[in-house]
Amino acid sequence: METRRVVLRFPKHLLDKPITSQLVRQFDLEFNILRADITQESEGLLIMGLTGKKANLEKGLRWAREQGVEIQPLSKDVVRNEKACTHCGACINVCPTDALTIDLETRDVIFNANRCIACELCVPACPFRAMEVAF
Amino acid sequence: MKEAFTVPKTYAEINEKIRKGQAVVVTAEEMIDLVEEEGVKKAAEKVDVVTTGTFGPMCSSGAVLNTGHSTPRMKISKAWLNDVPAYCGLAAVDLYIGVTEPQQDDPLNTVHPGQFRYGGGHVIEDLIARKDVRLVAEAYGTDCYPRKALDTWINVKTLNQAYLLNPRNSYQNYNVAVNLSTQRDIYTYMGVVKKDLGSASFCSAGQLSPLLNDPYYRTIGIGTRIFLAGAQGYVYWEGTQHSPSEARGENGVPKCGSGTLAVVGDLKDMDTEFFRGASMLGYGCTAAVGIGIPIPILDEEMARYTAVKDADIVAPVVDYSHNYGHNEGKPLGYVSYAELKSGTININGRDIPTTPLSSYRKAQQIAGILKEWIARGEFFIQEPIQLLPTPDTGQKFKPLKERPVSGGVA
Repeated sequence: METRRVVLRFPKHLLDKPITSQLVRQFDLEFNILRADITQESEGLLIMGLTGKKANLEKGLRWAREQGVEIQPLSKDVVRNEKACTHCGACINVCPTDALTIDLETRDVIFNANRCIACELCVPACPFRAMEVAF
Repeated sequence: MKEAFTVPKTYAEINEKIRKGQAVVVTAEEMIDLVEEEGVKKAAEKVDVVTTGTFGPMCSSGAVLNTGHSTPRMKISKAWLNDVPAYCGLAAVDLYIGVTEPQQDDPLNTVHPGQFRYGGGHVIEDLIARKDVRLVAEAYGTDCYPRKALDTWINVKTLNQAYLLNPRNSYQNYNVAVNLSTQRDIYTYMGVVKKDLGSASFCSAGQLSPLLNDPYYRTIGIGTRIFLAGAQGYVYWEGTQHSPSEARGENGVPKCGSGTLAVVGDLKDMDTEFFRGASMLGYGCTAAVGIGIPIPILDEEMARYTAVKDADIVAPVVDYSHNYGHNEGKPLGYVSYAELKSGTININGRDIPTTPLSSYRKAQQIAGILKEWIARGEFFIQEPIQLLPTPDTGQKFKPLKERPVSGGVA
């Protein structure tokens, strides 16, 4: 079993189709929705964790792409601007999933993109606006 | 006696060693280990200078700029730098830009918590980065200064003078902010503090912080040469709210905010690595300033002071949901910086996760750079030309005593 956290973008013409439902049923996947939005451009945005057998995951995601869904790993959309970050730590208390933590030895602020659920709470909480979320 | 006991040392002796490249310089962190291993006396003999560092939000900061005279000349009475108002109540083309000044059209806290994306601190950061900054100015016009309007780009490279002039930096110790409200998170200059003792914000480099390593201001005073935002700067006065007569621990270290420094330095030599505009959600704009101060080890006492460690420095835990704002109540307790840096403190029997606002990593970096400068013979120790007020003056930070004005508006 494997879990992948992905960002799915649904173009307008797919908005009324039960793609997600078919994806999890046909390919025997479990899903955990982190965030769902309709953007101003009437695109659907779905951020979720998908868990299943590796082969099924790959097949499923390929199938969804063929339907016209744009897919990319979540970690590509949430980044830390390394030049802007001063490693103060002002962000760590607002992060609900401990994706932002302090290394108690080096005092570096660690950003673990794999734990991030793209809630964006850290974005305004960072005094230096080092966290960038692009959706 | 075989003891070739060389302490006490003088400033001149230490500077002579720096000139010859023979000075022994360690950071305040390294001094802790050295004193632990070899004792105060040996460490005092061996070490000439201990370097300190701190990097955190310091609201009472700003820059003086002289733009040069336009043709025709103008006595600027209102000015904006990238839409951030600057103070013009000085001479014709002298401006002061403060770091907490928000942009002219900033929505502030109308939609709470406001974001305060750009302010005076960001203008100064842009100047240090040698970016062009837009200056818009107005004047009423006089016989000697006929011009009434100006809209131009300026750049730090071509300004006559551009220097940081910070009335209060480098606080010796500070509050730990918590939130006793069970209703809501609060947005403060100590960052977001979560409700119901959900988090505790602290803002000091602790054992690396300059004034915590010289608790009685024996060597840090007016004229002291310092690292200021990547350049060589100076202490020019006691900082505003300098309050030396606060309660102190047995080691002499104040148990709450006490001493402060006013500092000055040339913007043209600074580095944005050590000066950053900052936006505190729901509070306002400010800037983070990097400061490093060398402490000469004149004798055993200075060796003992500079070996102070996080476990021996305590700070008061203060409620910022009500008590701080209303000048009420007492601290909920005292915690050490060792506890604060462990990630959790215990208050009222509750474990509270801690949130640092001061970058310890940058503080280490600054202490390291200053150490290198001194070791390379590029930075000399300046004896203060006058010391700062010490605890025996009884000087203490006073609240404002309001006196009713007849017919005034309350």
